[in-house]
Amino acid sequence: MQDKTKETQALMDEGERVMNICNACRYCEGFCAVFPAMERRFSFASEDLRYLANLCHDCRECYYACQYAPPHEFKINVPKVLTRIRRQSYEEYTWPAGFARFFNHPVYMLFLSMVIIPMVFIIFGVMEHGIDGLMQVYTDDQGSFYQVMSHTQMVSVFGLIGLYVLLAFIMGWLKFKRDISHDGTKITGWQDMKQALKDILTMRYLGSSGDGCTYPDENQSLLRRNFHHFTFYGFMLCFAATSVATVYHYWLNYPAPYPLLSLPVILGTLGGIGLIIGPCGLLYLKKKRDKKPSDEIQSSSDTTLLLILLFISITGLLLMLLRETAWMGGLLLVHLGLVMGLFLSMPYGKFVHGIYRFGALLRFTSEGRKS
Amino acid sequence: MTSNPDYDVIVIGGGNAGMSAALTARECGASRVLVIEAAPEHSRGGNSRHVRNLRCMHDQALGVFQDSYLESEYWEDLLQVTGGRTNEDLARLTIRESEACFRWMMQQGVRFQPALGGTLQLSRTNAFFLGGGKALLNSYYRKAAAIGIDVIYESPVTGITIEDGKVQSVDVTKDGQVKTFQTRALVIASGGFQANIDWLREAWGPAADNFIIRGSPFDDGKVLRLLMDAGATITGDPDQCHAIAVDARAPKFDAGIVSRVDCVSLGIVVNQEAKRFYDEGEDFWPKRYAIWGRLIAAQPDQIAYAIIDAKSSGLYLPPLTPSIMGNSIEELAKALSLDPTTLKQTINSFNLAIEMGEFDHTILDNCHTSGLTPEKTHWARTIDSPPFMAYPLRPGITFTYMGVVVNEQARVMFNDNKLSPNIYAAGEIMAGNILGKGYLAGLGMTIGTTFGRISGREAASHAG
Repeated sequence: MQDKTKETQALMDEGERVMNICNACRYCEGFCAVFPAMERRFSFASEDLRYLANLCHDCRECYYACQYAPPHEFKINVPKVLTRIRRQSYEEYTWPAGFARFFNHPVYMLFLSMVIIPMVFIIFGVMEHGIDGLMQVYTDDQGSFYQVMSHTQMVSVFGLIGLYVLLAFIMGWLKFKRDISHDGTKITGWQDMKQALKDILTMRYLGSSGDGCTYPDENQSLLRRNFHHFTFYGFMLCFAATSVATVYHYWLNYPAPYPLLSLPVILGTLGGIGLIIGPCGLLYLKKKRDKKPSDEIQSSSDTTLLLILLFISITGLLLMLLRETAWMGGLLLVHLGLVMGLFLSMPYGKFVHGIYRFGALLRFTSEGRKS
Repeated sequence: MTSNPDYDVIVIGGGNAGMSAALTARECGASRVLVIEAAPEHSRGGNSRHVRNLRCMHDQALGVFQDSYLESEYWEDLLQVTGGRTNEDLARLTIRESEACFRWMMQQGVRFQPALGGTLQLSRTNAFFLGGGKALLNSYYRKAAAIGIDVIYESPVTGITIEDGKVQSVDVTKDGQVKTFQTRALVIASGGFQANIDWLREAWGPAADNFIIRGSPFDDGKVLRLLMDAGATITGDPDQCHAIAVDARAPKFDAGIVSRVDCVSLGIVVNQEAKRFYDEGEDFWPKRYAIWGRLIAAQPDQIAYAIIDAKSSGLYLPPLTPSIMGNSIEELAKALSLDPTTLKQTINSFNLAIEMGEFDHTILDNCHTSGLTPEKTHWARTIDSPPFMAYPLRPGITFTYMGVVVNEQARVMFNDNKLSPNIYAAGEIMAGNILGKGYLAGLGMTIGTTFGRISGREAASHAG
């Protein structure tokens, strides 16, 4: 614990050192929100650094443009230090606090979400139905999915865990909010909310002036923003598919499985395709990325979330295609296991970046309007 | 010269001027172009890595520029800062070309941003490179790679074979090996000699040892010396340079913009004897900061101290290094190793001489002293609210002005007023033709781009 505190202090000292030099230079003020926010400050407490770190989209323009980047003796590497502070901030905001260590060891989360939990689902499935039972072929009319796991089981297990995840997000948000409004700045307001939401939905700060950002190397490219869009909107479409299906089930009394041309399946298929293209693209870019401005641990954390999303969508799409074959039972359990893995990893992995990024942009908009 | 030399155009120096020359030479049809850069790749581009903006004439709103900035006004500004020490033909050529430079840079992929924050007063006259000089260089080098320009790094030029004012070949020493490249034309854009302390000492005496060099340590003037030895005509005095007040605690080389101290006009500046020596409130700091290097160079041991009190906190751009503080004048004097009695006297008589008006740092306000030598003519406020804060100051040399004489085709002049048929110069090495003294923000970039493009075009046409 002592070492951890010391390590955090050293990281904050480095962040403060870097931001002081940046604030004396200011050549990067045209790139993104981080630098204008920095210019509104004369000193950088840990709260300020965590706020700036969550504003940073890791576009890396400032690293390639920096006249003081290593090997210059000032050794300025803003994306790297802000990524590390961002990771520290995730730990800081984690609820319950004991789970914060997952941010330092994303490989545990990967193992848990992609191996252990799907295995647990399989084992339960085998215990309940036997291997032969799982391999049984059902037609859609027979309500295939619910033969393997009843609707009540699904709703209770996922509902409970979903509520827990929601609680963990809320607790994290409250800690985050207290942290970044430590100086009394209010960060809620309808207009600001709209602006911050727009910045998120368009990924404004990965777009620069339309040329994209310097990722994976020093050449500007829109690839990262576009792959992020595929991932984000793919996820949202899948979420919409589930919501529509819920409405069908409870309000229209129309249970799954749905035909290929029904709304939930169309939404889910499009989302699933997005969640294959997006994560594959981001993983490819990640493999090619320049490691000098990177934080390796955060990078593994990114990879973990991308792999979970990718395998959820692969199993989901296969399930749709093979649902009337002997593969259905096994695929369904693996798919549900992966979704459960995603649920559990959300408050303790890369997924939280969206929440805190939104909050930081919200504060950025609010303080910009004030000054 | 052999009938088929290695290159059509060789450019010495890969900063803004050199890259403008190389890219333009290639655009104008030179097929084999080589850029020779003394620095390693990460420090390439000499002082251009530290630059930020381009001063540009425009008849109407243009890109990031608002309103207009006409040739006449630009010329008046230049005349004022140089006190007439300028070659009007070359200066007007630079001014007229500046708009084309801006457009050309955008074609090379250079991105601009409007003036923001601390540079708003330049929004009508100067365009800022998004991300600064290193981003500018990255765009140039990316374009150079795309159109097939050769670049060699860590390759200082150690010899130029010139016969009768005509270049034959260039020697480069890399990893202890001398390599000779023959060329049809040569553009020299190797910068000033400010990183060569021995040379500065010739001009300034031992005072030069106390100078801080703001820019690249690779600007050692060795190529300028080769040209002088070959009989090139020289313009400008060796002690003329762009020199500002920088934090004495900054690194000796390469600290660029961040070492500047921005609070001079808010307080007073004293020398080692704890006495004031110049009107700190003469004009807006951005207009005056380029005279303070010379002022401090003239003080004992080339050191001075900018002193402010708590009232000025937060009113100036944040510094690289925190201030030295004291809760009383004595305490501050002790921390600065100044004589406490004299410092108290200086501050007392300053405080007593103040005729307080309405303090406004954004205009030339009416807070000034009366009956003091030297007076402080604006922004004079008492220094009496602890904590007292000080920044030690040294002369920070940006670039030297002495260089080779060129004509409007950028051709270098040799003894007997003979123009070289195939040697051209661009950038700091010839900026002295236009800047005999003084400085205008962003003008160095304009000179470099203008003469870089001219020399590239002329060199290509000579080689073709």
